[in-house]
This record gives sequence, C-alpha cells and structure tokens, in this order.
Amino acid sequence: MTKQQNTGVKKNARKIKAHANNKESITSLNALVHGNARTRLSLVISGFGNIMYGQIIKGLLFLGFQFSVLFIFISFGMEYVSKINTLGTETMRSEYNDALDIFVNVPGDNSLKILLYSIFAVAILVVGITLQLASVKSSYATQLDVKRGKQPNSFAADLRSMLDKNLHTTLLTPPFLGVAAFTLLPIIFMILLAFTNFDRDHQPPGNLFTWVGLQNFIDVLNFGGTKGNTFFGVLGWTLVWAVFATFLNYLFGMVVALMINKKDIRLKGLWRTCFVIAIAVPGFVTLLFMRQMLSEMGTVNVILQSWGFEPVNFLRNTMNARLTVIVVNLWIGIPYTMLITSGILMNIPKDLYEASKIDGAGPLRQFRSITLPYMLAVTTPYLITQFIGNLNNFNAIFFLTQGGPPVTDYYNAGKTDLLITWLYRLTVSFGDYNIASVIGIVTFVICASISLITFNILASAKKEETFS
Amino acid sequence: MKTRNIITNTLVYFVLAVLSVIWLLPIAYLVMTSFRGESGAWLDGYVIPKEWTFGNYTKLFTDTTLFNYPRWMLNTVVVAICSCVISTFFVLFTAYSFSRLRFRMRRPLMNVVLVLGMFPGFMSVIAIYHLIKLIGLEQSLIALILIYSGGAALTYYIMKGFFDTIPRELDEAAYLDGYTKWQIFIKITLPLSRPVITYTVLTTFIAPFVDFIIASVIMKDNYNNFTIALGLFRMLERENVFRWYTAFCAGAVLISIPIAALFLIMQKNYVEGITGGSVKG
Repeated sequence: MTKQQNTGVKKNARKIKAHANNKESITSLNALVHGNARTRLSLVISGFGNIMYGQIIKGLLFLGFQFSVLFIFISFGMEYVSKINTLGTETMRSEYNDALDIFVNVPGDNSLKILLYSIFAVAILVVGITLQLASVKSSYATQLDVKRGKQPNSFAADLRSMLDKNLHTTLLTPPFLGVAAFTLLPIIFMILLAFTNFDRDHQPPGNLFTWVGLQNFIDVLNFGGTKGNTFFGVLGWTLVWAVFATFLNYLFGMVVALMINKKDIRLKGLWRTCFVIAIAVPGFVTLLFMRQMLSEMGTVNVILQSWGFEPVNFLRNTMNARLTVIVVNLWIGIPYTMLITSGILMNIPKDLYEASKIDGAGPLRQFRSITLPYMLAVTTPYLITQFIGNLNNFNAIFFLTQGGPPVTDYYNAGKTDLLITWLYRLTVSFGDYNIASVIGIVTFVICASISLITFNILASAKKEETFS
Repeated sequence: MKTRNIITNTLVYFVLAVLSVIWLLPIAYLVMTSFRGESGAWLDGYVIPKEWTFGNYTKLFTDTTLFNYPRWMLNTVVVAICSCVISTFFVLFTAYSFSRLRFRMRRPLMNVVLVLGMFPGFMSVIAIYHLIKLIGLEQSLIALILIYSGGAALTYYIMKGFFDTIPRELDEAAYLDGYTKWQIFIKITLPLSRPVITYTVLTTFIAPFVDFIIASVIMKDNYNNFTIALGLFRMLERENVFRWYTAFCAGAVLISIPIAALFLIMQKNYVEGITGGSVKG
C-alpha cells in the first residue's frame, strides 16, 4: 500500500515539474507555439531550422526524407489513392489494335492493388508527417540550447545520443518497422476488406470489387440466412470447445501433477519424462497420426474388430467427432498443464494442508478448498491465454477432422469447425475474403473483451490480496 | 493410517503407469510404423507388422521426384536459422526498451502491441500473401522468413518479464561509472539474460518446423520451397497416402528427434517463461 502511495506521490511530483517546465519540454505543440521563425518554417521545409543553426548533415537528412516521401507519394501513391472511393472501374478487356491487326489485352484496374497501395501510400504519408514534426522538434530543441547559451549539438554528438539518451529510438525502430509491415498494415487491409464485396465472384484482375458498407456484417450476424446460421453455429461450438479444452486440460493436468508430486511417490523424473516426450513431438505429427489411427479402417478400429466389437465412426459423425477432438486434445494438453502447474503446486504453503488435516478434511476436500483456489489465483493469466489459444486452436481441428463432418445447411463449414478453421477454408479454398474478414474482426472482439473483462476482475481481486 | 497410505500409493502408481502407457503408446506405434515393411495406410487385420525395414527412411532421401524430403529439410533449417536470428534481436530490443528505458511513447506503444496481439495471427497472413505477391516475392523462402520474424516484437512479454527481475541498482551503478545506456544493455543486461535468450532462440527456431497454416498460405503449390510440415501433410493426401504413409511416419520420426531434444533441453526455461517467474522452487 505504501509503495503505491509512494509512486503516486512521485507521479504527481513529476507532473508538477513537467508543468513548470512546460515551455521547455520538447513537444510538437510547444515547438509550434513557442518556436522562432526557423523552427516554424521547418514545418514546411523539413530540416530548415537545423541547417540554419549549423547542423547541416542532420538538416539535409530531414530534407532528403521529406523529398523522398513526397516523391513516392506523388509518383506512385496518388494514382491509387485517387481511385480509393470506387476501387477501380475498368476491368481488363480485349481491344482491337488496328496497327497490329490483332486483339490485345488492355489492362484495367485492380481493386486489390488499389486498396493495398493506397494503404501503403497513406502509411508513407504518416511516416512523412512524423518526420516533419520530428524536424520541427529537433529545431526547437536546438533553439532552446542556443537560448541557454549552449553550442548546438554536432552531428557526432547526435549519433552518440542514439546509443544513450535516445537508445529507445534505435532499438525500437527495426522491430516496429517489422510490426508495421507484417502486422499493422495487413490488419488494416483485412479490416477494410470486411466492408467490400471481395468474394469468390469478385476476384481481381478479372473482376473488380467495391465498397458495400456493412452488408457483410449484416449477412454474417443475421440469424435467418445461411451465413448467419453457420456463423452462430460455428461460434457456439467454438465457445463450447474452448471451455472444455481449457478447463478439462487444466483440471486433469493438475491431477496428474499432484499424483507425480505426491510426497512418497518415487521415480518422479521418469513419470514426468513419459508425459513430456508426448508433447516434445510436434503437434501436427501426432495429430495427423491420430487421425489415421482413428479413421474407419485405422488401427483402433482394427483392434476393436479383432476383439469382436463393432467399428466406431470416430470422425464422421457430429457427436463422435466433437468428443474425439476434445479427447485427443486432452492427450496433447494434459502434459503441458502438468509441466506448468508442477512448480506452482510445490509452492502452496504446506501448513495449509496440515491445518486442514487437523480439521478433518479429506484429500478431495483439500483439493477443492486449498489447491484449486490457490492455483486459480496464481494461474488465471495462463488460463486466459490458454482459453484464447483454444478459441484459435487451428491445429487440433484442422489436422484431425478438417472441420468435418460437413453439413449442407452450413456455408462451407463442418460441425467441428472453429471460427479460425472456417476462416482458413473461406480464404484458401473459396476466396471469400470479405466474410473471412468479418469473422476475423468478430474473433478479435471476442478475444479482446474476454481478456479485458477477466484481467479487470483479476486486478480487483488482487487488491484483496487473498493469497499473498 | 499407514496401510491406508500404502493403498493410495499403490493406486497412484497404478494410475500413473496406465497413463504413461496411454501417452507413450501412440509415439511407440509411430516409430513402429516407420519401420513397417507393408505399405498402405490401412491395416490388414493385424497391428504388429510382419515385415520390418529401413526402406521408409531411405525412400525419403532417394525417391525425391515427387516429395523432396532432403530439400524440405534444408528449406526449413534455413528459414529457421534466419528467422530465429532476426526474431531474437527484435524481441531483445523491444523487451529491453519497454523494461528498462523510459520514453514518452512507451505506454501507448505497449498498448498498441497488446491490441495487435489479439487479432488472430492468421488474419494478417492473407493480406501479407497479397502484399508479398505485389512485390514479387510470392512462394519464396524470403517471404516466409520475413513473416516469421516480422511480427516478433509482439511476443516480447516473456523476455520483458525476465528483464524486470534484474535489479535496477546494477544499471544505476554502471551509469555512475560512465556507461552509456547501450553499454549497459550489452555489458550488464545481456550476460545476465542467458536463460531467457536460450528460451527465445529455441522457440523461434522450432516455430518454422511446426507451423503449417502460415507456410501453406504462402507456398501454395510450390513443392520445391515447402517446409517439412507442409510436405508431410501432402504425403497424407488421398492420392499419395497409400504409397507414402509409412514414409510419412519415418519423416515424422526424423523431424521429431531434434525437436524433442530441443524441447527437453529448454523444458525448465519454458516453464519459467510461461509462469512469469511465479515459480520459486
């Protein structure tokens, strides 16, 4: 508690200090309000202020960046950005060429290119604006230095600060360029696709697609239609699956861990290794192998028949397939939980158990009243990540059942399909990118709200400090 | 009291033995099938093979016209090494900045990463496929490397958790000795972080071996640039499964040995990573 108060006081102190130095703190706003002419002109001509203060190289670098951003945006971006509102009007067509006396293909617009390059152009523009503001701020910083009677920083000193005061810029630029290119841009692109009709009938360059507003969301979230029917069916099973996969694994994994760690059980290392070997083999290998074993003429059925039983249809019937994926997932998941929980179980204070024993509690009662609450308090973050991981557990479903058994009243989905495997099939096999994007967005909303809600509950529970 | 204890212990031993058999049996059966002489995916009414052979293993390396297993192995190793190096640096840089450095954009950037991480990773892969097609890198190994390592910064949490446990007093002492922040990072933090670096290197190295979904979208039908997981999956498709089923098992065993070894090595780091250091014992 005192620690919290302490940081609170510190924060306030910092705020007050920041307020007092308001003019001195280098923000874009301050630079524009309190900057001199050189600084303000940097907003138009990047690097102007730096050059005027004698920081020639830095200024020229800023100027160079400004020119390249403008060049890229005008030479290549404008063409695509100008078509963004229609996503293209001309499809590719054949035209008679008099001079050559043959039909030639005249390339038309490509909606995909227009959308993708427009996002790219806008991203470059954002980078450009950021650099422009950086130039203004840099000029303002130098202006303040000069006012204090200091020499403007030399280029060498600036470079040195990249490894010291500004180390975060140096370290974070490469990873975040990666994130921008391979996560952020693609996600923006996919979100925008959810508002187009980019489906199996509108594949560029042969066909164009265009904006359709919220139509896809209406289709997917509409109970009556085929897509809506499929969506809610698949969503329901996804949630059921995630609940079972997460909590059964958790419970049984913990029981196994408890057994291995029981006081006078010997060969603990051996037992643990038996389970760990099972998960050390890549998941897709075991899953594909299990699918083969469980198929109609697979090993399990051969053995069943040789013992005089009827063969079982593990993967072709809705109920069986659902049970099978949950059970096989137990095989994969229990060792993980066992590994993770072993160490934490050892940390439960022993006196809790001894006290409960004196009060006459049996092992079951101890598990329910001591082990489980303690573990839940410690491993909730792990459980949440597991739950979200299971909502998106592509491998377990795809390799075992491929979503099957398929049903006719579903829109290209089967009875064990999760949202993620349905999304995979819609894009890879059918090209229904618009619907897939809607599914992706809905999955995001579900995952985000689950984590936010549970972490908030967790935070409020932490305050009560039940187990510390 | 004592007899009761003996009974429960016997029971526990019994259950553990049964469970161990359940967990080891499929693995043992996989190994057995990889040595089976009879081809085909289905059994002819018996389980133990009547004919044993190494042929399934040699077939992988000799019969390479349709399924080029050695080539896939090489592809996967190349992709794994490159993406592992890039990812590890990206994760190190991000985790260190967020854990040790203080700057204005720190909180906002961490929140952006949190939100981006909640989108299904596969969603962006489709867009990346088109993006990569437009710059002419489609179905290439470079594209795969870029994708595996490009978003690495999003997985900085475990390493940040580790950095957070290194006492800040060390940094401050070094700072007073005139170290720059970069020198503190290189000379103080990195040498202390060997366990978590091992963990990151191993997990990012293993990822390309076990990933199917991303590689399948990027490679489509380019058999030459397949990774192991894609190739093995193809062996079980309807038209190939009869000829290639036992070879699939051999290939699966071969790929599982190094991965299992790596996993066993990093077992401890793995647990510490997931539980975020809440395990003291």
